[in-house]
Amino acid sequence: MTEALLRVRGLTKHFAVRQGAIGAKAAVRAVDGLDFDVHAGETLGLVGESGCGKTTTGRMLVRLLEPTAGSIEFQGRDITTLGRRAMRPLRQDLQIIFQDPYSSLNPRHTVGKIVAMPLEVNGIKPAGGVKARVQELLELVGLNPEHYNRFPHEFSGGQRQRIGIARALALRPKLIVADEPVSALDVSIQAQVVNLLRDLQRELDLAFVFIAHDLAIVRHFSRRVAVMYLGKVVEIGDRADIYERPRHPYTKALLSAVPDVTAFGEQRQRIRLTGDVPTPLNPPSGCRFRTRCWKAQDVCASEEPPLVAREGSGQQVACHFPEPVGVVSEHVSEVAA
Amino acid sequence: MTHDAASPPYLQVDDLRVRFSTADGEVRAVDGVSFGLHRGRTLGIVGESGSGKSVTSLAVMGLHDPARTKISGAIKLGGRELVGLSDGEMRKLRGRDVAMIFQDPLSALHPFYTVGRQLVEAYRTHHSDASKAQAKQRALDMLDRVGIPQPDRRFGQYPHEFSGGMRQRVMIAMSLMNDPALLIADEPTTALDVTVQAQILDLLADLQREFHSAIILITHDLGVVSQVADEVLVMYGGRAVEHGTVAQVMRGPQHPYTWGLLASIPSLHGDPEVDLKPIKGNPPSLINVPAGCAFHPRCAYAMKPEPCAGQVPQLLAVQADGHRVACHLPEQQRIDTYTDEIAHVGVAQ
Repeated sequence: MTEALLRVRGLTKHFAVRQGAIGAKAAVRAVDGLDFDVHAGETLGLVGESGCGKTTTGRMLVRLLEPTAGSIEFQGRDITTLGRRAMRPLRQDLQIIFQDPYSSLNPRHTVGKIVAMPLEVNGIKPAGGVKARVQELLELVGLNPEHYNRFPHEFSGGQRQRIGIARALALRPKLIVADEPVSALDVSIQAQVVNLLRDLQRELDLAFVFIAHDLAIVRHFSRRVAVMYLGKVVEIGDRADIYERPRHPYTKALLSAVPDVTAFGEQRQRIRLTGDVPTPLNPPSGCRFRTRCWKAQDVCASEEPPLVAREGSGQQVACHFPEPVGVVSEHVSEVAA
Repeated sequence: MTHDAASPPYLQVDDLRVRFSTADGEVRAVDGVSFGLHRGRTLGIVGESGSGKSVTSLAVMGLHDPARTKISGAIKLGGRELVGLSDGEMRKLRGRDVAMIFQDPLSALHPFYTVGRQLVEAYRTHHSDASKAQAKQRALDMLDRVGIPQPDRRFGQYPHEFSGGMRQRVMIAMSLMNDPALLIADEPTTALDVTVQAQILDLLADLQREFHSAIILITHDLGVVSQVADEVLVMYGGRAVEHGTVAQVMRGPQHPYTWGLLASIPSLHGDPEVDLKPIKGNPPSLINVPAGCAFHPRCAYAMKPEPCAGQVPQLLAVQADGHRVACHLPEQQRIDTYTDEIAHVGVAQ
């Protein structure tokens, strides 16, 4: 395998907070030691429920948040502690698309100015002129290049998301962190944006870190998938492994909780987790999932399971009692009474 | 939909029209919607933002501001006409015969009052002869029934002390305080994580079996509808475009808009390399709904200009019993097109 475009080791983010009447210092352990690689042209999907740390991870990758510990290597270079100035040339290769197409565009700037901003900030003068490059980008994302002088409020949510994508593409990046890029959009518009991102990936050989809570969209868009729970990756592997042969109990439970259009009238094998995700202020000892896990034993409370490949499978799982290798997750098809 | 076919539906909506006047013009939020719903059945109303799905349910609850809303048509609840009822009469019905669960329980619950106080108030509004102790007992029973641990302790807590899933359970408990025959749930799980959503959907299904209420579930999520509903009403541009059982609408949809929705959603099981087939363009503004079929500007199969751009298609029965579709295309062509072009894309596969 070629060298990874992005190499993340031990990535950690703790937010300091004060707690209780005396304001005792405490740390929200939002992200707690992540390891993963992303190769050129590939998509890694990060999936998990709210509070699992997926957004914090995305922001650290583009250095919008400072990691507490760990390292981020991009194209073989450690960028974890680079200063603003040293980071600037790297930002050309490393871009982010945000969830909310309303708050992520400056309402006082025209679309032309918004998309040209990355060029201006980086002092780049495209061959045919800035305006021609911006219009080319607008066309690339399926917007009318004539709308160069319009303001964000004149566009619909889906069109605004396209503006955000054009801005991310302006510097011809190699990697884009897409943080819930379609979750604010209507279903029919989501598919437009997902198709656009897929076309762009094929055309421009982009790598993506695709962050979303929607398991079906992550599966559709990502060849490799990492499942997160309370600041940890609990399972990572190829799409087919994660979705057809999940080995971590949480992955299994998550998949079985998704209401499936194709499964009405059938009783699937359902796993119902009880309770809510614990607070990252004081995560459970050992395996963080053990408080909701039906397989948990004493060892789960005392020892944290490492994320490792087991029994020759390429899929890595952090569990003391993973599902056996190669067992296809069964879907019991009894017609409901 | 042969269920209880002999008896009239508990809720019968006929040619409902809801219009708002705004500075930009008249908004035709609901434009001639008709459907019936029996007790013990769940109707899923599906549509994107601005399709009129929430406005329809607010009209049933009588929650529109009469000063700027024009409502016409008929809404019969247990045989009683709701359109034109006074505020006072509506207030007697609301909470007792028909109750609502909102998307965001944090803004639907009062932040300054304990959960218990709000539950007791909901009960005593309709049971003025009930003592405080009786109302409290009812509240504790309901909290327990919706799966909130330690109801005694939770009774005295404030909404902010509950997690999102637990708060939604409180909302459900409150809606059930007076044992309503019709429950309207507007995106009840949209704000929740998927594992918590599964708990709440299971709870709603259990409660329905127990209380034999009619449920209207409003959602944009076709997966949620497939799991919970018996029937589906698909709305677009303020009108109903398709209505049938879940199996009819999800497995043999006949409206091109329904096709567009199914082909826009990636599947958990299908081939991930097959590209989705989005609907082109954007949903219409309800101030300026396109003439004829509201969907015709986005429809790949529209016959233009006539009849699709000229005449509003009626919601008419098709061959399958109880399945209704508002589309000008001939039925056989719709069936063939679905089989040839849609049935292998997105969640339709």
